[in-house]
Amino acid sequence: MGANEFVNKPHIGESVRRVEDARFITGQGNYVDDIVEAGQKYAAFVRSTYPHARLTGVDTSAAEEMPGVIRIFTGKDIAGKCGGLPAGWMIVQVDGAPMKEPQRPFLAIDKVRYVGEPVAMVVADTKEQAQNAIESVMVDYDPLDPVIDVHKAANGPALHAEAPDNRCYKWGIGDKAGVDAAFTKAAHITKIDLINNRMIPNAMEPRAANATFSRATGESTLYTTSQNPHLVRLLMCANILQIPETKLRVVAPDVGGGFGSKINVYPEDVGVVWASRALNCPVKWTAERSESFLSDTHGRDHHTHAEMAMDKDGHFLALRVHSDVNLGAYLATFGPAVPTYMYATLLAGQYKTPQLYAEVDAWFTNTAPVDAYRGAGRPEASYVVERIVTRCGWELGLSQDEIRRRNFITEYPYQTPVAMQYDTGDWPKCLDEANKLAEVDSFDQRRKASEAKGLRRGIGYSSYVEACGMGPSRIVGQLGARAGLYESGEVRVNPTGSVTVFTGTHSHGQGHETAFAQLVAARLGVAIENVEVVHGDTNRIPFGMGTYGSRSLAVGGGAIMKALDKIEEKAKKIAAHLLEASDADIEFENGQLTVKGTDKKISFGEVALAAYVPHNYPLEKLEPGLDETAFFDPPNFTFPGGTYICEVEIDPATGVVTIDRFTCVDDFGVIVNPMLVDGQVHGGVMQGIGQALLEEGVYDQETGQLLTGSFMDYTMPRAINLPNFRIGTVCTPCTSNPIGSKGAGEAGAIGAPPAVINAVLDALKPLGVNDIDMPATPFHVWTAIHNAKA
Amino acid sequence: MKLEITVNGRAVSADVPPNTLLSAFIRDHLRLTGTHRGCDTSQCGACTVIANGRSMKSCSVVVGQMQGAAITTIEGLAGKDGELHPMQAAFKECHGLQCGFCTPGMIMSSVDLLTHHPHATKAEICELLEGNICRCTGYENIVKAVQTAQKKMSA
Repeated sequence: MGANEFVNKPHIGESVRRVEDARFITGQGNYVDDIVEAGQKYAAFVRSTYPHARLTGVDTSAAEEMPGVIRIFTGKDIAGKCGGLPAGWMIVQVDGAPMKEPQRPFLAIDKVRYVGEPVAMVVADTKEQAQNAIESVMVDYDPLDPVIDVHKAANGPALHAEAPDNRCYKWGIGDKAGVDAAFTKAAHITKIDLINNRMIPNAMEPRAANATFSRATGESTLYTTSQNPHLVRLLMCANILQIPETKLRVVAPDVGGGFGSKINVYPEDVGVVWASRALNCPVKWTAERSESFLSDTHGRDHHTHAEMAMDKDGHFLALRVHSDVNLGAYLATFGPAVPTYMYATLLAGQYKTPQLYAEVDAWFTNTAPVDAYRGAGRPEASYVVERIVTRCGWELGLSQDEIRRRNFITEYPYQTPVAMQYDTGDWPKCLDEANKLAEVDSFDQRRKASEAKGLRRGIGYSSYVEACGMGPSRIVGQLGARAGLYESGEVRVNPTGSVTVFTGTHSHGQGHETAFAQLVAARLGVAIENVEVVHGDTNRIPFGMGTYGSRSLAVGGGAIMKALDKIEEKAKKIAAHLLEASDADIEFENGQLTVKGTDKKISFGEVALAAYVPHNYPLEKLEPGLDETAFFDPPNFTFPGGTYICEVEIDPATGVVTIDRFTCVDDFGVIVNPMLVDGQVHGGVMQGIGQALLEEGVYDQETGQLLTGSFMDYTMPRAINLPNFRIGTVCTPCTSNPIGSKGAGEAGAIGAPPAVINAVLDALKPLGVNDIDMPATPFHVWTAIHNAKA
Repeated sequence: MKLEITVNGRAVSADVPPNTLLSAFIRDHLRLTGTHRGCDTSQCGACTVIANGRSMKSCSVVVGQMQGAAITTIEGLAGKDGELHPMQAAFKECHGLQCGFCTPGMIMSSVDLLTHHPHATKAEICELLEGNICRCTGYENIVKAVQTAQKKMSA
C-alpha cells in the first residue's frame, strides 16, 4: 500500500494518547535497574583517574579481602581470551588506506586512554560492598602527557601504536578541483570558523546492565539499557565473546532515553556477561551519574573552517569545508561514521551549491569516546551551513530570508554534489509558513520596544535538511557500514483477532507502542487497544537494527506495512473461500472483507478465527495461521527539512539571552500521530537550545579531567528555559517507504542551534559583535559585548 | 535501627541501617521501583516522593531522619480503585512524558507544587519545577499537564 492511499485510513493523523503511559505514570515501568534476580550479585568498576598512562600493575589483593567480594577481574584476566569492542563502520581515507582501528578491550590491559576507562571489575554480594572494594584496588599508573585539544593531536604523544600521529583518518567527499576552480570565479567569498561544542547526552536513566547465566543451557541473558538489542547481541557474540548468537539473549526493556548514547556496546555490558559466565550467577551494574558523565559516549566536538564562493548576486557557487573532529580515545560503534557520512553528505543543505568539497581529519584524544548524539553528524552539518549562509547574507546586505530564497533547491528529486539525492520537499513553503507563524512582519516593532528597554532583540533563521532512515544496505555497505540497515516487522494475528506486532526497532520514549498500533488499526480495522507491540527482546523479535537516526517509523514502520500487505493478501484468500468468491473480488476496508459490488461480507475477526480453526478452509492451497514477517530495506534515505526561526532578547548588562519565541515549520512527510511528532520537536529543539545556550562538556587541557562531571557543573535545560513554541508542518510525502514518513526524532536538535546563534548575533551585530561560539552563556555573551567595545 | 514508617498508607516496620538512603529503602527494601535514581547530586528529581506533606528528593535523606514519617510514592498516588490522580491523568492527556524515567518524580513534584501553589502562573510553574530535569519533552507538555491538572483540581 502506498502513502497516498494510506494517509486517508482511519487513525492516521490522529493524536492517539499513548498506550505505554499507563505503566509510566503509575510507577510500573520496568527499567533495567528495577530487575533483581534470585542470587543477584553486583559489579562495580575501577576507573582510570588518569587520561593517559601506562598500566604497570593492578593489585587486587587487599580488595579481595574486603567483605562480600567474590572476584575481581582485570585486563590480565581477559587478555587474549576475547575480542575488543568493534567499530561498526570502516572509513576509507582520501589516499585509499583504511582508517586506523585500534583495539578496545573492555578492561584496560596495558594502557589507559581516558579518565573513566574501566581498569578492573569487582563483583560482590551487594552494590555497597562492590563500591567499597573498588577503593582498595591499587592501580600503578605511569602517567603520560595527555592529548586533549584536537589541534595539538598530530604532535602529541601517541595514544595508540596503530596511529602514531593520533589521526584515525583523513577523509574527503566531493570534487576538490571543481571547488578550487569555482572559487577563482567568485565575486564574493564568505569565510567562517566554528566550534561545534562537545555534548554529553545525559539520558535521564543512567546506563545499567544485568546478566544471568544458565549452566544447563550455556545461555546468557543480558538486560541492558540499549537502543538496539540485536546489534548488542551480534557484536558481543561475533566480535567480543565469540559465542553463537543462540547462547545470548539481549533484552532492552523500558529504557529511559537514549539520544544515541545507548547505541553502543559498552565495556560494562561485556563485563557483566563475562562475570556472570565465569561465576555462574547474575551480575548487575548500574551507573552512578558521575560514571555516566565519564563513560557514556559524548557527542559533536568539531572544529570547522568553511568558505562559500558566490557570484555578485549571492548565488552560491561552491562550498569548501574542513573539519577537525574529536573521536575521543577509542572508536565507538558509530564513531567513525558520524563525522563523515552522517555529516558531510548534508553540507549542501537546502541549497543549489554546484560544487562542494569537504575534508575531515579525525583525531584520537584522551577523552571519552565520541559517537552519535541526537542528530549525529547532521547538527554539525546544519550548523556549518546555516551559520555561513546567514553570514553570506549579512556580508552582501541580504536578509536571512532572501539569501536562502535565492539559493533554495526547488526541483525534486535533486542530486547534491555530496552523494545525497533528495526525493521530495517544498522548502520555500516551509520558509513562508515559518515567517507567518513567527510574525516576522512585526519584528521591527518588537525590536524597537526591546531597545526602548535597553535590551537587544535579534532574529535567527535556520533552514535545515537532514537524512534519516538510512539505507539501502547495498550502498551503505559500499560506504563502509558493517551491518545492514533494513528493519524487520512481524504481524501476528491471534485466533480471536487481537494482533501482536514484533518490531526490530526499539522505543525508549518515542511511543512506538502507540504509533505502530495505529498502523495496524488503520490497515486491519482492529481496535488500537487490541494491538500489542513487542520490542526489545532478541528471543521474541525478529532480527532488526534498533532505533537511531529517526528510522523507526520510516524503516521499521515500512517493514510492518509490508507484513500487513501479506496479512491482507492472505486474509482476502481466506475470505474468498468462505464467501465463495474469487480472491480478486475481495475488498478489505474498516475490518470488513466484502465481495466487490455485493453485500456479502465477513469480518476480519472471523477470518482470523478461520485461519486458526481451519475446518472450512482451502488447506490444499493455503497454510493455516495468520502470521507474517517482512523485512524492509529502504531504497533511499529520507530527507526531513524545514525552517526554524528563533527570536531572542538579550540584556547587554548581564549577557542573559532569553528566547522570546521559537518557530518550527518541519516537513516530516506523512504524520501518523501529530502529538508524538510535536513532542519530538519540543524535545529536540530544547536539546538544540541547550547546545546553543547552556551545555558544554569541558576537559581540563592540562590534566585531562572532565570538569563538567555532574549536573552541578553541566547545565541541563530546565523548565525555565522553555521557549514559546510555535509549531507548524508542511507535508510532501516521502517516496522511499510505504508510509510516506520522513522521521521526526532529531530534527529539533539539528535545526535549532544555528537559529539560536544567528539570532544572538543578529541582536549583537549593532554592538560590533561578529562572532560567538556555543554555548552563548551569559558570560560568553557579556564577554563578547565587552570585547567588541574595547 | 528499627524503622517505623508509613508508605502509601501502609505501616512498614524494618530493621535497616540508619544511614540507608530513603531512595534505596524505597527501591531496594520495599521494591517500589517507580521511584527512580537519576543522579548522585540531588539535582535531577527523579526520586521525588512526598514526605509528611512536602515533596522531597528521597536520595537526599537517610531513613534515620524519617522515623514515623508518612511517605507517598508514585505507586500510592492513584486512588484505591486505580482511579488516576488528576496529575497522572493530565500527564497522559497532554503527552507530558516520553521515556517515563523522570515522570514519577516530575508528577510528585507537580502534585506538591499545586498543593502549595494552587494558583501558580505558567512562569511560576516553570520556576517551581526547577528541581526536576527531563531530557525528552522539552518541558512544554509537562507544563501544559500541570496547568491542565490545575484546572481540574481547582474545579
